[in-house]
Parts: sequence; structure tokens; C-alpha cells
Amino acid sequence: MNFVVCIKQVPATTSVQIDPKTGTLKREGVESIINPFDEYAIEEGIRLKERVGGKTTVITMGPPQAEQALREALSRGCDEAILLTDKSFAGADTWATAYTLSCAIKMLPEPVDLIICGKQASDGDTAQVGPSLAEMLDIPHVAYVRKISEIRPGYIKVERMLEDGVDVLEMSLPALITVVKEINTPRLPSLKSMLAAKKKQIHYWNKETIHADLDKIGLTGSPTQVKKIFYPPARTGGERITGATAKEIAEKLVMKLSETGLIK
Amino acid sequence: MSKIEVITLKCTGCSLCIKSCPYNAISIIDSEHLLESGKTVKKLAVIDLTKCTYCGACVETCKYKAIVLQKEEAKETTVDFKDYKNIWVYAEQRRGEIAPVVFELIAKAKELAEKLNCKVCSVLLGYKIKDLSKELIYYGSDIVYVIDDPVLQEFLDEPYAEALSLLIKEEKPEIILMGATNIGRSFASRVAAKIRTGLTADCTGLDVDLETRNLLQTRPAFGGNIMATILTPKHRPQMATVRHKVFKALPKDTSRQGEVIEKHYDFSKVKIRTKFLEFIKDTTAKVNLAEADIIVSGGRGLGGPEGFKLLEELADLLGGAVGASRAAVDAGWIPYSHQVGQTGRTVAPKLYIACGISGQIQHLVGMSSSETIVAINKDPEAPMMKIATYSIEGDIYEIVPELIKAIKAYKGLS
Repeated sequence: MNFVVCIKQVPATTSVQIDPKTGTLKREGVESIINPFDEYAIEEGIRLKERVGGKTTVITMGPPQAEQALREALSRGCDEAILLTDKSFAGADTWATAYTLSCAIKMLPEPVDLIICGKQASDGDTAQVGPSLAEMLDIPHVAYVRKISEIRPGYIKVERMLEDGVDVLEMSLPALITVVKEINTPRLPSLKSMLAAKKKQIHYWNKETIHADLDKIGLTGSPTQVKKIFYPPARTGGERITGATAKEIAEKLVMKLSETGLIK
Repeated sequence: MSKIEVITLKCTGCSLCIKSCPYNAISIIDSEHLLESGKTVKKLAVIDLTKCTYCGACVETCKYKAIVLQKEEAKETTVDFKDYKNIWVYAEQRRGEIAPVVFELIAKAKELAEKLNCKVCSVLLGYKIKDLSKELIYYGSDIVYVIDDPVLQEFLDEPYAEALSLLIKEEKPEIILMGATNIGRSFASRVAAKIRTGLTADCTGLDVDLETRNLLQTRPAFGGNIMATILTPKHRPQMATVRHKVFKALPKDTSRQGEVIEKHYDFSKVKIRTKFLEFIKDTTAKVNLAEADIIVSGGRGLGGPEGFKLLEELADLLGGAVGASRAAVDAGWIPYSHQVGQTGRTVAPKLYIACGISGQIQHLVGMSSSETIVAINKDPEAPMMKIATYSIEGDIYEIVPELIKAIKAYKGLS
């Protein structure tokens, strides 16, 4: 079976720079890592391959330095890596990102059985690209998957995590899932696999390779536009409660909380 | 293909367009040419088509209307916004129970609808759920659209996305708000992809620009380090998922009247490749963390799993739920379903008691909109101590047992 894992490279730190002209993120000059949620997607892609046989391809869209993220995915055990990079992909929102990925997946030489994404990225936090990608490829999807209980050609059974419990669902393949951290514990790459990954070729695809419609990619193809970016007002601190003993402090706090009706 | 052209009869070579181009695709060359007015000018703008993305920024900038752009998909930019009206709230329900965030969204939609002078409509999808329409009207909906079909019995992305998309195409709402629940985020993404419109995730602020009727969607990014205001300027409807507990529901008014419109679509041809098998309810959490009014939360400072027994006692006494920081969950002291923060739940209770939680930004973003925060920590410099309404410097194992005693005494339980 053929598995595709879609990943995103994100800034390692929470300190970010914004291009004031376009209102989009400046990715250069900040240390980058694989989006933590995508680590689970990569691991699941490799486990599935080990379980049922086949090939796992990892895809990302980003600037040339996103190659580093793909290299890491290869060192975990992915077989092929594709970097979608083109100046005109820059500034894409979730719609344009999903569209670009969908174009690339349609260009893969072999039909895909299952696409795996992390539930969301740690920078944008939207959780939108996976489900949008499924729609654009006209395949079913289940988001927030915590377990794949069964998989065989044409069939998958999964558990979807919701706020109040778990749905057990089945889908026909090809399909897409987004995964949560409960699904597995990602492995660390071995020295041998790291060396092997270094020798592997990463395929660079641009807008021509994937036959993308120029009106649907990058900043210009994005329905949403960032109007302004600002820093949230800091919550200011309040009162320090002190006392000679823990008992005294506790009683003072209970008085305060009961005054505002928080303890009845 | 799209086409872009500089009309030499109009271009004065003023170079305004150069600055407007985000792709450095325009340059000014020496080229003597005649203008419509009969005047001769010496400069001319030329566009490098290998760089141009046909974004149209230059077209808008040019004072002389000398740049003409023909977009391939003319439909996208010439959507007649006047056809789109009213604010919709997706009335998420499961097994006949409406998600609380829906009522909060109706209240916010009502406020926006007054500014835009339009109606608030709820959209109810499911099977045998018609009766829920009343509730939606009591809480502020003017119109409730109902699609009642066996296909919609359980939430599945495909038939739900199809149903909502069909309704959108027929009724053309200007704005659609959905709760940023697991279902809402997944389902909304599929719909936005289908109908090619913008979707903004997890909003914490909403307003409207009266001139453009654009929805101003404010949301945190980078774990709450920055806030972004996002627009969907050229597409309709404008879609957003919104965090729960950000807005307040209106009081229930059983005298309110509204219109219920039932819609029927033929789902026989819709591809439904997902099948629901069963639902396993989570029975470990006594109180739903996301909806709790009081949360007692523990972090690394507890030092071990036994600390949560103490916190549970305090939470039980207050009628609240137990939360945790990522550090405590990762240490295996408490299940993930209790985790508050960027990678866990977002909560906004009336009272949040943080015990031994230092207050990493990823945790703060998940709880900083709590009304009252109490921090108990050995480290007076911990970030949580600085944002707390009431901060106590001290040992959890000394303070919390005393707190339990004091509350019992206050409640007359001891």
C-alpha cells in the first residue's frame, strides 16, 4: 500500500517575526523543526508500511530550507521525499496550501491509499489543511484519529477522538486521516538510518511540476488575508496573599473567593 | 491563462506601480510614446510575466487605469456580494444535544447582525432533531434552517459537508460561524474547501467593517504569542470557527418567535464513504473540563501523581474539574484528557486554581481568559504568579490541605 505523510516545518521557538509589508511570517533566520504533531503522522506512516508493506512518501510545502524536515522524516524511515517549493507558493493560507498539496498528490506516480497529517500545526493552530486536502482530492477523511484498528487495501477502521468520547468509524480507501498524539510514540532515528537518509534524493517540485492553477496558490490564491498582527495585551497581576501560616493564607483566600461568590 | 497588459496610450511611466508589486515584476523602461491626450512621455512600465502572479495589486494602484488584468477565473473576483445576506450559526448537535458554544455564537451573531442590519439564522443538521429549533429561537435565532435526514444521523464529514454546501449555495449567507470544536474544525474545513472560500480557525474576537461588510476575525497564533486579524475580502460567505466561552449566551427567552425552514435534498447520489460504527463515551472525567466553571489544575510542582488526589478532593469540594499542565501529563501523572493549553483543551472557567504550574506560554494560552486565577507556587517569579488574580507563595502540600479545611469550614461541612 502507498502512504503519504504531509508535514510542515515550523519555527522552533515561539518568538516569531512578521513581515510588516505582507502581514505574513518571516521564516528565514529562525530555527526550524518538524511540527510536533506531524511527528506522530510520520511515525504512523512508517508503522503502517511495516505492518502491511508498501511505501511511505513524505511531502512538505515550504522554502528550500524545509528540506531539513524532509531529511529528518527520511531518517525515521520514510522512503521518498518531495519538497514543494516555489516563490509563488509563499504566503498561502490553508485553502491555498491544501490546494497546492492536492495538486502534488495528484502528480504522484502511484495511486495513494492513505494520507496522514498531524492534527494541526503548532504555529498556525488551524487544523484545517488536512480536511480541506481530503475534500480537494475528493476522498473521505476522519480527523483526530487516535487509533487505526484495522487496515487493508480499500478499507480502514479508525477511532476518532472527540471532547466527550470516541467514535469508531470505517472508511473506504483512498482516504485521509489527521492524527493526535495518543496514536503512537515516535521513534528516534538510528545512526544507520540517518546516514542512509543523507544519500537519498529529495525531489523538488515547483508550480509547473504540479500543474497548479496560479489563481489558487500562494498569497494571491488565498481567500483569507491577514489584515493586522499585534501582541495580545498582557494580563496584569493581582494581589499577593500572605500570612504567617498556611492556615491563615488559606482562610484569607477563602474569604476573597467567597466575596465574589466563587465559593458558596 | 490570466492576462495582464500595460496600455501604452495611458501609461505615463509614473512608476507608482513598481512599489505596489510584491513580486518585483514591474520595471520602468525608456520608451517614448504617445498618450491618449496627445502628450508624449518618455517612460513606460513593463511587466515581467515570469515574475507576475496576476495578483492585481498594480491594477488598483495605477491612477491612469493603464494596467488591465483579465483573470482566468473571473467568477472569483466578481462574486456579487449583494446576493449574500444574513449571519448563520451552525447549530452543532450530537444525539439531540446542542453544543453550548452554539448559544454563545447566536448571541455574538445577533450583535453583528444589528450592525449589518440582517438576520441571524441557525442551521440544524441531523435526524429527528426538528424539535431543537425552538431552543435556537429562544436563544436569539430569527430563522432556523433544518435538514432532517437519516443520512445525517451521526456526524460524518462527507454528508454533513454536502448538506451544508447545498444549503449555502441555495441561501447564500454572508457569514457562517461555527464552534471550534473537533467536529466544527474538521467539518468547516471541508465545506470551505468545497465552496472555495476563506475559513479562519479558532477566533477569539469578531467584529464587522461596516463599509466593506468584511468580518474582522481575530485569533491567536504561535501559541498565543501573537494575535492576527484576518479578513476574507473577496469571497463569500466568510467562514470562521470560534472558541467556546469567549462570548456569552443571551438569557433564554421562551416568548421569542422565529421561522423554521425545512430543506430537503436528495442525498442518494452523494458519495458517503465513511460509516459510523459506535460511540464510546469517556467516563473518566466526572466534569467536562471545557465546560467547568471551576478548574483545579496541577503541574510539575506537584512532584508526583499523588498530588492529583489532593487536587481532586479540592475540585470535588468546589464542584469543579481537575486540569493539568503538559508537564504533569507527560510525566504520566494524569491522563491527557485533563491537559489544558495549546496541545490540550482551551478553558475559560470562572475560577482557575493553578497548583505548581509555572505558566509556560503554551499553558497560559489555554487558560488566561479565566475570570479569576489563583496561583500557588514555591517560585514567586513564576509567570503564572504574575498573571494571577491572587497569588500564594508556598508549598502545595501545606497550602492545599489548609484550603480544603477552610472551604469545608466555610461551607459548614466540618
